[in-house]
Amino acid sequence: MTMPMMHPKRKNPVLRTQQMNLPPGARGRVALGITTAAAEGRFELQTCADCGAVQYPPRETCHKCLSPRLNWREQGGEGLLLGSTTLHHSNDLFFRERLPWQLGLVHLDAGPTVMVHLHGEVGAAPARVRVGARLDRAGQAVLIGFPNEGSAHMADDKMLREMTSDPKFRKVLVTDGKTEVGQAIVRALVKAGADIVWVGHAEPWKKMGGLDDISALPQVTLVPLDLTNGRSVTELAGAIGGKVDIVINNAEVHRNFGIASRRGTDVAKAEMDINYFGLLRLAQEFGPALKGRSADGATNATAWVNLLSIYALSNFPPHGTFSASKAAAHSLAQCLRAEMRPAGIRVINLFPGPIDDEWNQQMPPPKLAPATLASAIVKALRDGVEDIYPGDVAEEWLERWRDNPKVLERELAHGGG
Amino acid sequence: MARQRLSYAGVAVAVPVTVPYVRYSTHSAHWFIGHAIDALVKASGVGKDQIDGLCLSSFSLAPDTAVGVTQHMGLSPRWLDHVPTGGASGVMCLRRAARAVQSGDADVVACVAADTNHIDSFRQTLGSFSNFARDATYPYGSGGPNSIFAFITANYMRSFGAKREDFGRIAVDQRSNALKNPNAMFKKPLTLDEYMAARPISDPIHLFDCVMPCAGAEAFLVMSQERARELGLPHAVIRGAIERHNAYSEDPVMVLGGWRVDRDDLYAQAGVRSADIDFVQTYDDYPVIAMMQFEDLGFCEKGEGPAFVRSHSLTCDGSFPSNTSGGQLSAGQAGAAGGFLGMTETLRQLTDTAGSRAVAHAHLGLVAGFGMVTYDRCLCTGAVILGRPA
Repeated sequence: MTMPMMHPKRKNPVLRTQQMNLPPGARGRVALGITTAAAEGRFELQTCADCGAVQYPPRETCHKCLSPRLNWREQGGEGLLLGSTTLHHSNDLFFRERLPWQLGLVHLDAGPTVMVHLHGEVGAAPARVRVGARLDRAGQAVLIGFPNEGSAHMADDKMLREMTSDPKFRKVLVTDGKTEVGQAIVRALVKAGADIVWVGHAEPWKKMGGLDDISALPQVTLVPLDLTNGRSVTELAGAIGGKVDIVINNAEVHRNFGIASRRGTDVAKAEMDINYFGLLRLAQEFGPALKGRSADGATNATAWVNLLSIYALSNFPPHGTFSASKAAAHSLAQCLRAEMRPAGIRVINLFPGPIDDEWNQQMPPPKLAPATLASAIVKALRDGVEDIYPGDVAEEWLERWRDNPKVLERELAHGGG
Repeated sequence: MARQRLSYAGVAVAVPVTVPYVRYSTHSAHWFIGHAIDALVKASGVGKDQIDGLCLSSFSLAPDTAVGVTQHMGLSPRWLDHVPTGGASGVMCLRRAARAVQSGDADVVACVAADTNHIDSFRQTLGSFSNFARDATYPYGSGGPNSIFAFITANYMRSFGAKREDFGRIAVDQRSNALKNPNAMFKKPLTLDEYMAARPISDPIHLFDCVMPCAGAEAFLVMSQERARELGLPHAVIRGAIERHNAYSEDPVMVLGGWRVDRDDLYAQAGVRSADIDFVQTYDDYPVIAMMQFEDLGFCEKGEGPAFVRSHSLTCDGSFPSNTSGGQLSAGQAGAAGGFLGMTETLRQLTDTAGSRAVAHAHLGLVAGFGMVTYDRCLCTGAVILGRPA
């Protein structure tokens, strides 16, 4: 049983905020295959296309038949714990600051023996366990030994909380509370146990439905935030930047134009101003604040979430300028991830298909319900993944894009959404 | 059955040299290699320019290898080898040097293992020790080999009923041997109570199950017996020698070491049985590995290690003299020199220079090596039986 995590005490303002020492992040190129899958929440190992052997650690060749044809295949992760140890000494600062630390050696049913971080609920060896992959604070994949059947509070395990960004007891900024999506995100965060949810609203004189409902929640505080206005972003960062643990940037402008369907650049600029420059302004103000608090106790600053679009991968001509702005935002989000990773802050990118809102009115179903998107965000935070593609459309487009991006471009050009 | 191998007859192993260990050094590995070769020259009367073979083992030479060392030391050998097998490099350097001498590729081979130890260099070595360590063990707690051997020890204890006290006997007896070794890092006696009360490192591994990383060197010369006699050098001869890499790789956790694959070959080469061996130098990175060597080299059966250590004393004057220098557990682990420690000690035993550590009537000594924990176990195993010349 994991003891349920208690609400952390208020921070002693006299003490120095603990600085981040990342766990060892070096990996060979082949080993990054595990990270690639873990970034999307899967546990994959190399499998030989010729003899079927599953192997670990990752290699350049099959250790059974010497074939170079090695594919990454998802693993169930079932196995037998052969031994466990509690580490009382480490040569690395990250672990030294977090001792004692439990490790295990697991013989996977698939063949290989793997070293894992061991969840506190796993019993003494020999015991059946389930191995999964997570990203650690360095953003690199590590394997974790989970109990076969976890208890209700297993997410509160001290080790697991280091690998994930669970909103429980954390303080979150949601940049736009005026959309259905924004309100669904706020409700999902409150349900997930967030301590405080700051909710941005631009142009407060415009009364939008639903804001009153969420602002009635005791955890929710409305804050003025206009991502087109650098001063607005700076002022809010000055007020709450040092307290925010998770930033969820869901503010977006979405119009339905290609190039020829509207003259001029006013709409395209408005889209870019929020979707791309808004992210840039926000990241410049809130990024450094998050980075400085990434090891700040049990409710450290932990994650940054970007609402992108599956159209960021390949342009959807009927929403052509919107697609371009999301592609720009995607590229910037990669830069943000590269800059946040050395501090141990996870950048999570969402690539949803069409959301069921007014700007996708003419898109055929299936469309993504705002509440579904919101729970996907909470799950991504809890699982500690980097990229998610919520909804059937996003999953299907991703599959087509991975299969052949040129074919997808042609299909989309012919309205083959 | 493989064809009959050429015996190692006619090869002399001589001039054991130890460059005293220090916990930390500001010098590079080259300093220790230089001192070792200088000591070999002075103790043997062989001129530096007569050393025409060099066999080197070191972790801390980078970016140099044995090649750079030749220029660094002003040597011009006609035979050169750099053996990367760490704890097994003593046996493996000896095997290679012996063949070079037998074939005439070299006349006098200096076998040298040396490493320095700077503040923080141990941590840096751990993280970049191997591709697999970087990818699959170091990110897990960064305990170095401690956590891997904790799994191996825990599994062994569960499978065969070994107790911590059984491993403690090995550590305690070796410490009493070390007290007679002026080169040993540890100078204080160790009691079983102190062993049991030591702080946990990575349970069941506790403090006295771990070696102390330090700087130092071990070295010896290999030449023909003829040459050794001309020079008047006391020496030992090679009765048999084996090596093996990546054995039992299908075993999910190490229970058997590669020695088990080749031990019959070893004893057949020597024409002796395990009972004929007078003393054993195991590779003792952790006590469980020493115990496995007792089993896998045939002194008892698998799983009988705990009973074996309960019924034997491992001191120099005990019923089963083992690691008579104190071993790495009590003498210290000077990097790759740890893989030479058993070799130099055996040469001292067989050339009557072991002082108060001398094992009475010692004629046959067995030296085992174990090296390179690239992922979840050490991959290299080797062993040699040395004897007094006929």
